[in-house]
Amino acid sequence: MSDSKDLTPASSGAPATTSDTQQALRPGAWPRAEVEHHLRRTDTDPRAQKRAVRQVSTMFLLSALMVVLFIVAFIAIPRDAVITLPYIGAIGALNAAMGVTFGLAIFLIGAGAVHWAKKLMSDVEVVQERHEMKTDADDTAVAADIYEVGKETSGFAKYPVIRRTMLLAMALVPIPFIVSLRDLWLTPPGVTTPSEELLVTLWKPGMRLVTDITYQPVRADDIPVGGLVNVVPADLPLVEEEEHNLNARAKAAAIVVRMTPDEIQSQQGEGWDYEGILAFSKICTHVGCPISLYQQRTHELLCPCHQSTFNLADSANVVFGPAARRMPQLPITVDDEGYLVAVSDFKEPVGPSFWELKESYS
Amino acid sequence: MKTLATHRRHPAAVIVAILVGLLVTGGLYTVVNSATQARSAEQDATQILNGKKLFLEGCSSCHGIAAQGTQNGPTLIGVGSAAVHFQVSTGRMPLANPGAQAPQKPREYSETDIAAMAAYVASLAPGPAIPTAADLDYSDADVAEGGELFRANCSQCHQAAGRGGALSNGKYAPNLMEATPQEIYEAMLTGPQNMPVFGDSTLPREDKQAIIAYVETLRASDDPGGWALGRFGPVTEGLFMWIGALLLVVACAIWIGAKVR
Amino acid sequence: MSTSQISPVEQKGAGVATYLDERVGSNGFLRRNLNKVFPDHWSFMLGEVALYSFIVVLLSGVYLTLFFKPSMVEVIYDGPYIPLKGVKMSEAYDSALNISFEVRGGLLMRQIHHWAALFFMTAIAVHMFRVFFTGAFRKPREMNWVVGVSLAMVALMAGFSGYSLPDDLLSGTGLRIAEGIVLSIPIIGTWASFLLFGGEFPGTDFISRLYGIHILLIPGILLALITVHLMMVWVQKHTQFPGPARTNNNVVGYPLMPIYMAKAGGFFFLVFGIIVIIAGLVQLNPIWIFGPYTPDQVSAGTQPDWYIGWLDGALRVMPNWEIQAFGYTLSLNILIPALVIPGIITTLLIAYPFIEAWASGDKREHHLLDRPRDAPTRTALGVMAITFYVLLWIGGGNDIIAVGFDLSINSVIWALRISLIVLPPIAFVITKRICLALQRRDREKLLHGRETGQIMRMPNGEFLEIHAPLNEEERAKIIAKPQVKPLPQPPETDSSGVRNPKLKKDKRRAKISQFLFGDTIAAPTGEEIAHADEHLAHEVIEDAPVMAEEEALQIAHDGSVLESPGTSGKS
Repeated sequence: MSDSKDLTPASSGAPATTSDTQQALRPGAWPRAEVEHHLRRTDTDPRAQKRAVRQVSTMFLLSALMVVLFIVAFIAIPRDAVITLPYIGAIGALNAAMGVTFGLAIFLIGAGAVHWAKKLMSDVEVVQERHEMKTDADDTAVAADIYEVGKETSGFAKYPVIRRTMLLAMALVPIPFIVSLRDLWLTPPGVTTPSEELLVTLWKPGMRLVTDITYQPVRADDIPVGGLVNVVPADLPLVEEEEHNLNARAKAAAIVVRMTPDEIQSQQGEGWDYEGILAFSKICTHVGCPISLYQQRTHELLCPCHQSTFNLADSANVVFGPAARRMPQLPITVDDEGYLVAVSDFKEPVGPSFWELKESYS
Repeated sequence: MKTLATHRRHPAAVIVAILVGLLVTGGLYTVVNSATQARSAEQDATQILNGKKLFLEGCSSCHGIAAQGTQNGPTLIGVGSAAVHFQVSTGRMPLANPGAQAPQKPREYSETDIAAMAAYVASLAPGPAIPTAADLDYSDADVAEGGELFRANCSQCHQAAGRGGALSNGKYAPNLMEATPQEIYEAMLTGPQNMPVFGDSTLPREDKQAIIAYVETLRASDDPGGWALGRFGPVTEGLFMWIGALLLVVACAIWIGAKVR
Repeated sequence: MSTSQISPVEQKGAGVATYLDERVGSNGFLRRNLNKVFPDHWSFMLGEVALYSFIVVLLSGVYLTLFFKPSMVEVIYDGPYIPLKGVKMSEAYDSALNISFEVRGGLLMRQIHHWAALFFMTAIAVHMFRVFFTGAFRKPREMNWVVGVSLAMVALMAGFSGYSLPDDLLSGTGLRIAEGIVLSIPIIGTWASFLLFGGEFPGTDFISRLYGIHILLIPGILLALITVHLMMVWVQKHTQFPGPARTNNNVVGYPLMPIYMAKAGGFFFLVFGIIVIIAGLVQLNPIWIFGPYTPDQVSAGTQPDWYIGWLDGALRVMPNWEIQAFGYTLSLNILIPALVIPGIITTLLIAYPFIEAWASGDKREHHLLDRPRDAPTRTALGVMAITFYVLLWIGGGNDIIAVGFDLSINSVIWALRISLIVLPPIAFVITKRICLALQRRDREKLLHGRETGQIMRMPNGEFLEIHAPLNEEERAKIIAKPQVKPLPQPPETDSSGVRNPKLKKDKRRAKISQFLFGDTIAAPTGEEIAHADEHLAHEVIEDAPVMAEEEALQIAHDGSVLESPGTSGKS
């Protein structure tokens, strides 16, 4: 049945082909393409046709049913209900139920429509002629003439001074818009350029290093060899309270590591460690990811974002990856009570490089 | 005897030998394990002695006869019992092959043997001790604070969902979903391999418990949005898009375009 | 014919049509467009996937705006997700958590929005591949190619600005990287960064600024570009693959009313439905696991969404070049991967149709698509570009790959650095060879027929394989191969002996033309084909009777062999 070929139009008495030939006579129809055409089962077998009709309407009905199920799921399933599916694992029941019912409600409309088109609508290919995109010569000539008339009557060509001043005005008129973008950054008093702000952090001489999150001061004796502490300046909580932003944290965050003093090959400054305890900026000099992937045996510090690697035992120099500058070291010592304090701010700019950097720092 | 000699070189002999070995070890383990219960603190000295014996047999070739360390292994003086328990109970020690990092594998020693070795190493010099049941009781811990501490101290290597991540030159931070609370506690305490030490004074016991509570919450949590694709983030999500989702859509397009018979 | 009853609904519809027509003359538009013919091929629907997922993005996005608060004001979380209870976070992240955990259907909408965005980008990519490899960008469609490339670039920004909004640790890290890239721009970098962020990173302005861009500016541009894109497709009519009855001057397919209303309209629902089902079953961007953004925290495995992955990969594999001179710093390690390479790629993409047109000197309209093998150099260039792109993309996930396959991350990066230089040219050569081989096979098939696998013994004892003529479809495809000849070498002097003033330029053009169109397998001439057809017919008819009985039966069962070429195709 399915092998039968429809070699001549209207060769069989099947309903679809009869309507095809009728369509060909209609004003809205395109001529039929000169290609091989196979009759479908639905074209020749009324039972298959009926079955297709049933299938399409079932899909539409199921879609409607899915909407009902969606509403049931929305009302009945608690927000934190969990369903365990094979392979997928324990997942949110509400989300899954809503997604599947809503998704099927939508999908089945599409499936019904496509099935309808494929099985029941005419599958005779037709031909529509193309026309060159180019407008024909007469119309083009008229358009050109309209332009010429406009040019002449307006005097656009005749008064060059008007033309030029107009172009000047048009070129300049967007400038106010661009200029008014200047105050996207409200420059604080005493600051004139961005780079001034980028070059200083919260660290000051004598400021204690405190643990991140818990803000406890760090005693030098408390750090074991191979240890790592994520620290911030002691003033940071106060400053954040005041400024309501994370800007200070984005520059001042640091890490403290301890190695045996003889493991230290070099430092960025003489005696910047305290008995093998070293402090470095946590902000990568590449594009600013915070890094504390300290590997205590090899003393490598790895950035998880772009894999820049620094050797903390050797002045935090770059040993691998795209970063060009070493990680700035924070000179530290201990105060009277034995807590770690900064000797000064970082001596090298923290975070990504920028145009105004004057030295290479490495 | 003759039969044994002839079958000794049979290919299955190795398997049989391993099976027998396993059975014997397992049997001994059960016996010894039940015996441990009967032990008292006075037998510590014997435990240390046993530990020393095991150490000399299994560890001293790399760590030195007196645990002073050699070119092949670091000194164990002062690492404490926690380090021994972590390394041996997760199968990381004894090391099978030298490599970038000792991988986790099935453990080779029984709990008693490990305890003995730990006791021996702890007897050499004071060091972090195996956490007690009280140390590991995280039921009162603040999960949310644990989360903050986790993101500040752990997620840079172990990934936000604790699934682990890459380190330099083939080293890696292991998947925490495969670690027990005790192992996590011991790892923070001792800094195994390239992991830095998070000592008790900068990361006190309560903080460690909070972190463990958070990791356990992550492990137990369901995925409200559906299949989590391993919680690896955008890489697996993108792969699913290209392999799974795109395929579905293209299948639909092919269905629409296909000729019907 | 229209004697069948008209239903009340149809009557109403006709009334509306008349009402509209009397006011805007819409019936003329309907008459011209309602029966527009579209060709049928699955690959023509990839662009539709992009369009439909964009509509889904718009719909779900509007829903999300009802709940999302684009503010960086600090709040304390007090929602149902216990592991974050009492944690300080921005209002943006807090509201994104509320959408995920408290608003019923909120998580579904968030995931629909994000999945649909991934569908959008993926569909754009594969649609672009289809257009490129089939040469659908040739005249008159060059402008639409440019619009399409612009769409892809704006869509990239749409995606990045979108997943940066929830202010979770992953998206914040992405923004930090973007800020680092902006800082590296020579001369204006620091100013640009400070203006964007309202001062230092992260500040408190950026999320609300990005929000406006994400929900207003970018969708506006996308909508405008999509409108132009579709109008051009509509006006120029769709291209089609070569085949029987298909010429450069027609479209063979099905009319919009009713077939494509059902098929394309139905496809919208299929795509929409698939997105929603996936959003219900597959989790995407679980922001609650990442935690709130703070600039001193990070997670291992920090990656962007897949379509930004290639840029991140470029940043990762770049060597650490930085120039220090005259008191200024030029960060080539950031500028080259983040700005120069994307700039070059975009420029080449936009320029390609014009380069090809210039090099061929071809001014004809092209509505019949090339089969990729018939344009070997173009196909090879495309595969070469994709290879380069995919390598960068792999670079973006290098840490996951290193852990997943137990490799050293340093070796993965070195392997990628070398591969990026070595593999694309190799891909070029291999692809071109394959294309030419396929062309050669096509020629064989056209001249000697298809190998049937049927072996036959001649009366003299010789064994021969029977070749059957191609069916009409295959034949038409092969014959349609375009005959693009490279430009000839320019003459040194013109006919009157005057030296060609543009000789150098013309020579360069001829060289590029030779590179693009020089290598091809000559298609058989009409004469050769006619001769071959005659021979094939002869072979089949002559030889059939001498075949062994069972063999003959077998072949007869196959059907095609016993037919003469005249009847095998269309009759």
